[in-house]
Amino acid sequence: MMNLKPKCSELELGAAVTTPGSAREYETGDWRSFRPVTDENKCIACGMCWVFCPDASRILIPRKESKSGLTGSYYDFNPKYCKGCGICAQECPTGAIAMAQEEL
Amino acid sequence: MIDSHKRQRIGIEVSIGAAEMVKLCRPDGIAAYPITPQTHIVEHLSEIVADGALDAEFIPVESEHSAMSTCIGLSAAGCRTYTATSSQGLQLMSEILFIASSMRCPIVMTIVNRALSAPISIWGDLSDIMANRDVGWIQIFGNNGQEVYDLTPCAFKIAEDHRVLLPVGVNLDGFTLSHVVEPLETLTFEDIDSFLPPYEPKLRLDPDNPVMMGPVGAPEIFTEAKKAHEDALVASRLVIDEVFAEFGERFGRHYKAVEEYKTDDADTLIVTLGGTLGETGHVAVDHLREQGEKVGQAMLRVWRPFPFEDLQRILAGRKLVMVYDRAISLGGPGGPMASEIKSAMYGRADAPAILSVIAALGGRDVRWKDMVAQVADAKEMLENEQMPNYLMVGVRE
Repeated sequence: MMNLKPKCSELELGAAVTTPGSAREYETGDWRSFRPVTDENKCIACGMCWVFCPDASRILIPRKESKSGLTGSYYDFNPKYCKGCGICAQECPTGAIAMAQEEL
Repeated sequence: MIDSHKRQRIGIEVSIGAAEMVKLCRPDGIAAYPITPQTHIVEHLSEIVADGALDAEFIPVESEHSAMSTCIGLSAAGCRTYTATSSQGLQLMSEILFIASSMRCPIVMTIVNRALSAPISIWGDLSDIMANRDVGWIQIFGNNGQEVYDLTPCAFKIAEDHRVLLPVGVNLDGFTLSHVVEPLETLTFEDIDSFLPPYEPKLRLDPDNPVMMGPVGAPEIFTEAKKAHEDALVASRLVIDEVFAEFGERFGRHYKAVEEYKTDDADTLIVTLGGTLGETGHVAVDHLREQGEKVGQAMLRVWRPFPFEDLQRILAGRKLVMVYDRAISLGGPGGPMASEIKSAMYGRADAPAILSVIAALGGRDVRWKDMVAQVADAKEMLENEQMPNYLMVGVRE
């Protein structure tokens, strides 16, 4: 496991990366200042947010229980990589996504 | 001609001597672009490689930006790497200089100091290196040809030490030093082989052990990366002292981070950096001493890491210190070296009066007689409590 918050003395020489394939361990979600909040009762799983997401941060999640009668899955965001750009909220045809301020 | 297997004392142009010493250090790779007044060094090295006297890759590139970029590639691949430049060439490299040091590439570069345009000047001053003070390199100065010759193998040994792994710039004055013929006491392949072991990289580009050098440094690690670089540069001083001491023991020529000349009882000191004013200063001090003036001289050999403690020890308790800069921080505090020496002495009860003197820009001659007169002027200014922030000497205004 890569040390993501090393002390000066723990950094490799010249901040080199010596573990191949370790980029997947680096999460960029904390760059976000807004998060998309999805109302799963409005999501019709059309996939527009997935198409428009400039990252790859819309993920299909199976519904546990349905109040709206909708079955199957809905789209939510991946908090590890979502930068909070809000394009999904803009594009959602049913208005299921609202942007909420992240708190530090 | 120089015999690389026999110690000699011969008259030789300093640039050619420097190139001959680089040969003895057996670099694996050289990437360089010619620029006045550095050209003779890489020109001679290209001949040495073409003649088969040195087994190295000599890569002629189309600019200094490419020269330093190529040097980083060579160094990252595990090569002992050398280049040389001057003035505008150093400026064109500037972007890459930061990367070379941050990636901890132990490149050695000879920097033949020359003024920066405009107006166009091929003559000497320290504008080029002063514009690149903060590139994170170790920066050392030779005051004459012998020192440049001797400091070159020291530079490789310091750079490649695993406690350091930083690039080193060896500075010398353009023309007044690079193009003069000096008597040089040469060393041999056998001497340098026993002093400078082959380079053992700590990390290198190797398909069997993949490593990514120079990756993105996100905000979570950038501060730590800068602090690690700063710590390494400051700690390199220990290795610099060790290497100078070992060189002295083996070859009988001794070097220090700050050299002193007749400072013992001096109430007034002149401080210089680089050969032109360094050796002129000696003559001025000798004449002032003959007149009974208690004047001495301190010469910085190591400019980065800045020798704070040495200067505090040498300057403490003096009455007047005149710091000669061959560069000006335009719109700033005057001379860059004076500014740093003032900061080294700030708030100390034993601090002397420090006068920043800006002199010898763009090849303007400063004679020993001028320096003698400037010391008298400075003493008078101090007595009359009329010390300026800085004094640009010899200027018509």
